[in-house]
Amino acid sequence: MKALVAVKRVIDYNLKARVKSDGSDVDLAGVKMSMNPFDEIAVEEAVRLKEAGVVTEVVAVSIGVAACAETLRTAMALGADRAVLVETAAELEPLHVAKLLKAVADKEQPQLVFLGKQAIDDDAGQTGQMLAALLRWPQATFASKVSVNGGAVEVTREVDGGLETLALDLPAVVTVDLRLNSPRYVTLPSIMKAKKKVIDTLPAETLGVSLAPRTQVLKVSEPKARAGGIKVADVAALIDKLKNEAKVI
Amino acid sequence: MTTLVIAEHDNTSIKGATRAAITAALQVGGDIHVLLAGHQCSGAASTAAGIAGVAKVLVADAPAYAHPLAESLAALVVNLARDYSHVMTGATAVGKNFMPRVAAQLDVAQISDITAVEAPDTFVRTIYAGNALATVKALDAIKVVTVRGSAFEAAGDGGAAAIEPVPEGPAFPAARLVREELTKSERPELTAARVIVSGGRGLGSGENFHLLDKLADKLGGAVGASRAAVDAGYVPNDYQVGQTGKIVAPDLYIAVGISGAIQHLAGMKDSKLIVAINKDAEAPIFEVADYGLVADLFQAVPELTAAL
Repeated sequence: MKALVAVKRVIDYNLKARVKSDGSDVDLAGVKMSMNPFDEIAVEEAVRLKEAGVVTEVVAVSIGVAACAETLRTAMALGADRAVLVETAAELEPLHVAKLLKAVADKEQPQLVFLGKQAIDDDAGQTGQMLAALLRWPQATFASKVSVNGGAVEVTREVDGGLETLALDLPAVVTVDLRLNSPRYVTLPSIMKAKKKVIDTLPAETLGVSLAPRTQVLKVSEPKARAGGIKVADVAALIDKLKNEAKVI
Repeated sequence: MTTLVIAEHDNTSIKGATRAAITAALQVGGDIHVLLAGHQCSGAASTAAGIAGVAKVLVADAPAYAHPLAESLAALVVNLARDYSHVMTGATAVGKNFMPRVAAQLDVAQISDITAVEAPDTFVRTIYAGNALATVKALDAIKVVTVRGSAFEAAGDGGAAAIEPVPEGPAFPAARLVREELTKSERPELTAARVIVSGGRGLGSGENFHLLDKLADKLGGAVGASRAAVDAGYVPNDYQVGQTGKIVAPDLYIAVGISGAIQHLAGMKDSKLIVAINKDAEAPIFEVADYGLVADLFQAVPELTAAL
């Protein structure tokens, strides 16, 4: 079976985003961009299923500007067989991305679609669920374990009280959590090999999806900074502060 | 203008995140209806009817809703949603799971994890792990919104809403629950606790977390953890506080052996008072801590527990 993995190019997770002084957005000029960490886990899972003989082909897909091709090269260096870039300069919201991914899924006919559970830039956590809804497929979000048994996939999910396991008939959409796996390191030979793999570029406008904005960002601002605290000398001083100054205990 | 709030419950009580969503709905204005899907959930229905500000409680009581599966819950909500201006729920694991399905089926955007209501169509939410605040206007006719529980007070009791049954929505047999493995704890729920004692990699082992258990018990608090502690297997994943775990804002957050990575701060930096205990004086956690103690946690935590 074929697995489709959606990957997003985002600010590197080690970096702290800075808000532009005009309050229009965060400043990404000259900032290091990387693959969304959750998406790396999604690629790794698909590649492991291929290595286990469950999946026959792993197709990575990314949506956005031409530079997303770099993110797709990384996905292929991790082991994806080929890639699709849906190219657009439009401001994308999760619903747009889900609709474009549906168009790609309609063409590619995968049995499993893997996505990260959220992107670390917009922190929306919507795209996988929206894609599943548009395809009318079952979904398993926040996956920490995935096993395919014949025509179904069993997914253990991280929920508020602990874990739960679902069985989904294929085809299905799975969004992955951090504990699903540890992505492998990209090696130089795998990067060289990835250069020979194919990226098909599809202009977004050929997919018949309206990208008209559904939300409008009025303002982006810095969160209120916390006032600098103090260091206390010992436990007795800490207890004194908590009791008499902050009065929380 | 009427808001539909989808409730999360345990068949008798209503979750704090739902009460916070009701408070957010009150700020939107207009009437509030609460949808309760469950099985044998009449206790929760009467609790919901008693929440101040709720005008009507819609109850879908059927075996299909004994467990909140996203597919069937979303289908039920979509059947009702077109009569509402707003559809809201708590940004919990359940809410985050089914709500985007509702939005996509309605062909509208979702505004996730809001921290403030500016106007009926304008909301504030955090982006980039809490490093920026975005004020977002929803342009679609139906506003689908999930609400950050720690950012709104829980709606209290004092209401007397009518309870009305609603028919079951379409079934979705392609998804089934196999089993649940829930963490048992006597302590308050992490997202509702007034005090949280959180441990990180510095604890060194799962056994050492008992030091934090004792301190939390003395303070009547909950125990949380950083991702490093969860990944190392010291505690279960549902203890995790951070961008990818739970977002908390207790009165007192005590971070023990936690360095303070961006992703952890995203989950706790709105706490009213932050205390850090760490032997590394340069740890970033000290930049957000109101009171910092540079000390070996294995000495400081027992000493603190004994002195309380």
